Amino acid sequence: MKPRVTAVSALAVAAGLAAATGPAPAQTEAEIQRGVERYREMLREDPWSNPGLLDADRGEMLWATAAGPNNVTLEDCDLGLGPGVVDGAFAQLPRYFEDAGRVMDAETRILWCMETLQGRDMSDFLVRPHPGGGQPVRELGAIATWVAHMSAGMPYAPALDSARMQDAVALGEVLFKMRSGPFDFSCETCHAQPGQRIRLQELPWLAGDEAAQVVGEWPAYRVSSTHVMTMQHRMFDCYWQMRMPRLELGSEASVALIAYLTATAEGGEVAAPGLKR
Amino acid sequence: MRRSPLLAALVVLALPLAASADEARLAAVMQEAFANAPDDFKPRLVPDETMALCNATGNAPDRVTGDRIVEMAFASIVYPEDGVLMGDWQNGERLAQSGYGMRFTDYPPARENGGNCYACHQLTPQEVSYGTLGPSLLGYGKLHDFSDEAVKMVYERIWNPHTQLPCSMMPRFGANGVLSMDQVRDLVALLMDPDSPVNR
Repeated sequence: MKPRVTAVSALAVAAGLAAATGPAPAQTEAEIQRGVERYREMLREDPWSNPGLLDADRGEMLWATAAGPNNVTLEDCDLGLGPGVVDGAFAQLPRYFEDAGRVMDAETRILWCMETLQGRDMSDFLVRPHPGGGQPVRELGAIATWVAHMSAGMPYAPALDSARMQDAVALGEVLFKMRSGPFDFSCETCHAQPGQRIRLQELPWLAGDEAAQVVGEWPAYRVSSTHVMTMQHRMFDCYWQMRMPRLELGSEASVALIAYLTATAEGGEVAAPGLKR
Repeated sequence: MRRSPLLAALVVLALPLAASADEARLAAVMQEAFANAPDDFKPRLVPDETMALCNATGNAPDRVTGDRIVEMAFASIVYPEDGVLMGDWQNGERLAQSGYGMRFTDYPPARENGGNCYACHQLTPQEVSYGTLGPSLLGYGKLHDFSDEAVKMVYERIWNPHTQLPCSMMPRFGANGVLSMDQVRDLVALLMDPDSPVNR
């Protein structure tokens, strides 16, 4: 088990950050960016102060809490390395799961375990699976944050040897490049080259080298919305910005995009939960 | 670029997927991904002919395809009946600042759609928070001698940028109904009016 967060230090830093990003109108984007950089520096000095680790702790607890009509925990959930094996499982996701007959990312797999092992009907949850600004990450996201954290420090080693996984990565690349919606945007519009910005926000080059540096930071604690955002939520939010409809959590497209990003980030390190502006 | 040979092989695999044999699958994947889209959002799942051509060619159409895209772009343009292509640069500046509109949280609309020009372009010297996805437009009107031809070209380019560059990355603000004719005119003024801070 990983060491626990010292809640006091995390809250102290979070409070300092809230002061730094509060409604001070004179602050420029550059000043906010410098504030975030200072905050990141503090986190490097004390890695246990990332508020996202509180959600990872909550996720660990939820994993081991009996729930649903079957009144069982998720401790028999197979994340790809065998029932109950969490250490290192995230670094090899998404992967093809024989029992489900499809490729799944961490969140989709945990959801599947909630439905099949615990017997829960998750349809109500799936209407609004992601938190609004200021709300904590929901149950599934908290568990995913813990599962990801249990691979922290390990290199991404996606199981690309199965034909189904290769197909998912190929589909993900097509979706990454497909322009749609009233603004004609694709993921590539923003993430096909290094060194680009929207306003002052730097954009990672996800079709290239920078994927290995940033993909492994998700799920991440997001300073601007003060909650953990999962990778599924990240995809959902990009489609929102692209003026597309709500992306369904666990849809084939969502998993394929994550598979593509993971394949592009191969060899990069899992560093979840990361910290984002 | 650090890419594994396996990934390179996968990239090659992606090409046939984009071809017609898998178009039906891609449409089904999009339907499932946005299964609960409201009816008025559903057309967004299906690329029109311009986007279908750009997607199929990786935004690098051959000459014949590019000419077809340019032709469709010109056909999409609606010119003002009064022939006046320039509006109010001050409202243009407000529109250039605003990224509001057409996201699924923007309904019912609380205010008019913006053009969000600063997300990608440098425009006025006063606004330092600008993106770099598009070229700098600082001094644009002055650089084009404030000519009538340039005014018309800018109107057409904002309405539908594929008039000048087939498979341009820029949104088709007029053709896709993002901005109204008056809003497009205000943005033309922001770029082309000699009094606009873009040119001062």
